[in-house]
Amino acid sequence: MDFFKIKRDIPFMSYGRYTTSISLVTFLIAIFFLATKGLNFGVDFTGGTVIEVHYAQPADVAQVREHLAANGMPDALVQNFGSSQDVLIQIPLKQNVAGAKLSEHVMETLLQHDAKVEKRRVEFVGPQVGNDLVENGALALLLVSFGIVGYLWVRFEWKFGLAAIIANLHDVVIILGFFAFFQWEFSLSVLAAVLAVLGYSVNESVVVFDRIRENFRNMRKAEVTEIIDNAITRTMSRTIITHGSTQMMVGAMLFLGGETLHYFAMALTIGIMFSIYSSVLVASPLLILLGVSREDFIKPVKEDAEEVLP
Amino acid sequence: MNRYPLWKYLLILAVVLVGLVYTLPNFYGESPAVQVSPLRASIKADDALLANVGEVLKTNGINSELAALDGNSVKVRFGDTDSQLKAKDVLHAKLGEDYVVALNLLPRSPQWLTSLHALPMYLGLDLRGGVHFLLQVDMKAAMDKALEGAASDIRGDLREQNIAYAGITREGAALQIRFRDAAARTKGEAELKQRFNDYALSSKDEGGEFLLRAVLKPEAERRIQDSAVQQNLLTLRNRVNELGVTEPVIQQQGVDRVVVQLAGVQDTARAKDILGRTATLEVRMVDEEHQAVEGVAPPFGTEMFRERNGGFLLVKKQVILTGERISDAQPGFDNRTNEAAVHINLDGVGARKFKDATRENVGKRMAIILFEKGKGEIVTAPVIREEIGGGRVQISGQMDTVEAQDTSLLLRAGALAAPMEIVEERTVGPSLGKENITRGFDSTKVGFIMVSIFMIAYYLMFGTISVLALGANLLLLVALLSMMQATLTLPGMAGIALTLGMAIDANVLINERIRDELRNGVSPQAAIHAGYDRAFGTILDSNVTTLIAGIALFMFGSGPIKGFAVVLCLGILTSMFSAILISRALVNLIYGRKARLASVSIG
Repeated sequence: MDFFKIKRDIPFMSYGRYTTSISLVTFLIAIFFLATKGLNFGVDFTGGTVIEVHYAQPADVAQVREHLAANGMPDALVQNFGSSQDVLIQIPLKQNVAGAKLSEHVMETLLQHDAKVEKRRVEFVGPQVGNDLVENGALALLLVSFGIVGYLWVRFEWKFGLAAIIANLHDVVIILGFFAFFQWEFSLSVLAAVLAVLGYSVNESVVVFDRIRENFRNMRKAEVTEIIDNAITRTMSRTIITHGSTQMMVGAMLFLGGETLHYFAMALTIGIMFSIYSSVLVASPLLILLGVSREDFIKPVKEDAEEVLP
Repeated sequence: MNRYPLWKYLLILAVVLVGLVYTLPNFYGESPAVQVSPLRASIKADDALLANVGEVLKTNGINSELAALDGNSVKVRFGDTDSQLKAKDVLHAKLGEDYVVALNLLPRSPQWLTSLHALPMYLGLDLRGGVHFLLQVDMKAAMDKALEGAASDIRGDLREQNIAYAGITREGAALQIRFRDAAARTKGEAELKQRFNDYALSSKDEGGEFLLRAVLKPEAERRIQDSAVQQNLLTLRNRVNELGVTEPVIQQQGVDRVVVQLAGVQDTARAKDILGRTATLEVRMVDEEHQAVEGVAPPFGTEMFRERNGGFLLVKKQVILTGERISDAQPGFDNRTNEAAVHINLDGVGARKFKDATRENVGKRMAIILFEKGKGEIVTAPVIREEIGGGRVQISGQMDTVEAQDTSLLLRAGALAAPMEIVEERTVGPSLGKENITRGFDSTKVGFIMVSIFMIAYYLMFGTISVLALGANLLLLVALLSMMQATLTLPGMAGIALTLGMAIDANVLINERIRDELRNGVSPQAAIHAGYDRAFGTILDSNVTTLIAGIALFMFGSGPIKGFAVVLCLGILTSMFSAILISRALVNLIYGRKARLASVSIG
């Protein structure tokens, strides 16, 4: 079986102008939603209390909300979670209430009205911790970015490192844009997924870059665009199949992993989709834009300078 | 061209076999068990305890599968939960005084695996249910306490030395002592410099007043903060013992935080109460007119307490001092005899009370009693040799250095260094934990099967080889995690699934390269060789970038994210091994023998 019997190289680079414009537009839309709607940060980052409870029968969300409001928690956000029997209660952080005790108070209230409520999960994050997590997340993102640029610089050339990281940060922004647009909860595990995508989608660029380097050595007569077109065409089969396989795993998590893994898998899915696009159609045009040339790899043989000896 | 020497095959075989052995324990599951561990540090779990536990179970007709000494506890495994619960009740009734009897789960893997240290992965709280707390030590309160203690000590000291001063005030992190004249200040400075060397002194004249500023030195400040955390850790450890939790995790995190993880605990309200409570310490006089007899009611006005070495003492009910008056306790040595000793610092009020009490009771014994869980225990009961003033007390005699260290820690623990606040809580119910395991396992399984079917359909024989390599990768990853006794969490399981999905990349790269070479008309043997050869550099590069992301996640991630990062990093390493070496070995085994290969099955 072979899906990709391509006889001639596809002239990707001649579409470069269109593909980069498309991604620029997507990128700007993502920025727009990030700026206007913002990310819906989860309790990990904002602090607060999340309680997941399970009822023996389908739960009456409105009634739960009422009970909580009557017991001094009018700002509790109550919604179904996964099934009609599972309820998720979110309570933002308050200055004067001892946060750690809040979950007990909620459970007491719920148990008064229905003795069969089962506590499934409690997460309480104080304000100090939330700030630390935001800070550490930003630091991790920085470290990954610099680490990748540095590695690609050493292995290839600075132009490659720069092109790869721009293409992949563009993926990250688009993932975040999706999360902002749909107001999906941005939690610690989503952050982990975003960073994993960053490392993973750089793979994609690396594979193409490897071919480009090889082609620079083998296709002595070819133009830069021809070289890149050839590299992309010849790695395309591998790109689609690899991503397809990874996506099968991620898809299994998306549908079978339950609520906890759902958004983690969602971030990965978006990241994988866009990383195919960006590493092929953004990173490579960027390389041309940065002026990559054969001389970056094949150093002109230095002729021994003539010396004048006394 | 495509042949491995025998040793390479053997090496790969050995690695896979080791992987198999260490993965195996994860399949046996766990049996109900009871764990008996000492309540106090002074009692050790030993063979006598093991025999004792066996005896108790036998007389009550409870069948146990296996009983063993493990670290500082005795663990007994049972066939079913019924006998486990029965055994817990029986053992608690017999040994509850001195030992914690807790329910536990023990791996059911056979003895020979356990003796190889092949143990199953440790399940995280999100998979087994339990509670995770992050507590923050209030450092400001610790510093406040230290400064207040110092202020009252300085007051007492100056008064004792008859140095006239006008007053002491606190200004932020410094103490300001006002003197009436320069001479008094000079004298005061000399005195304080000698006795309070944790403080940097500087003099200043302001508005006709002669001021002396005492600022805590940075190293002293660090020491106070450090000892506050250490002290709270110790106190927490003692308290968690009461909860009857097996293998609690109590660790310092960062400068001022403590992580407490209690597996299987559902009653979080009680857990919070116990963690938040303070132990108290009391100093009382020993009643030496009566003899302490176990089981006999103590005479009027006295109480009977157990000593640390096991004996009993009668102690008067009147309290001389409580633990709040102790500002510090440090292990050290007696200046004269060079014996191990504990040096205690009392605050101003405490010093005065202590001075009065010692003056009136020279030659008698006093007892220092630690109350926890409403039960008192005599830490030490020294004889008073002389009147002790100045708030500096030394306890010595019949102590080795380790005991001196323990006692000083206990004394400090009695007076909690600084309050703690719960800043993070994560509780997972047991049913959710079970569900999480199923979910994580199912998604990995389904994903793996889908990828396998696709690879075999697309690459035929080479696809089959890739799938075998991927299976070996999973095996090695699980074995490595089990060997390291890493904690498996739900994000960790997601990490396993993700690394498998990503690991297939290496095989796809190789297979595509071989196809490429074949298309270019290269002979099959040469194509295989070139395919592996050329793909290697690419595989290395792409794995290093993912590794960078994994390391960053490990460095900056907390809790569950760290688990994900560990799996990601290890998975990259095992995938390199399996995708390159194992798959190559299989290819060589299948195709390498034939000198003239007409075609290969790569689809």
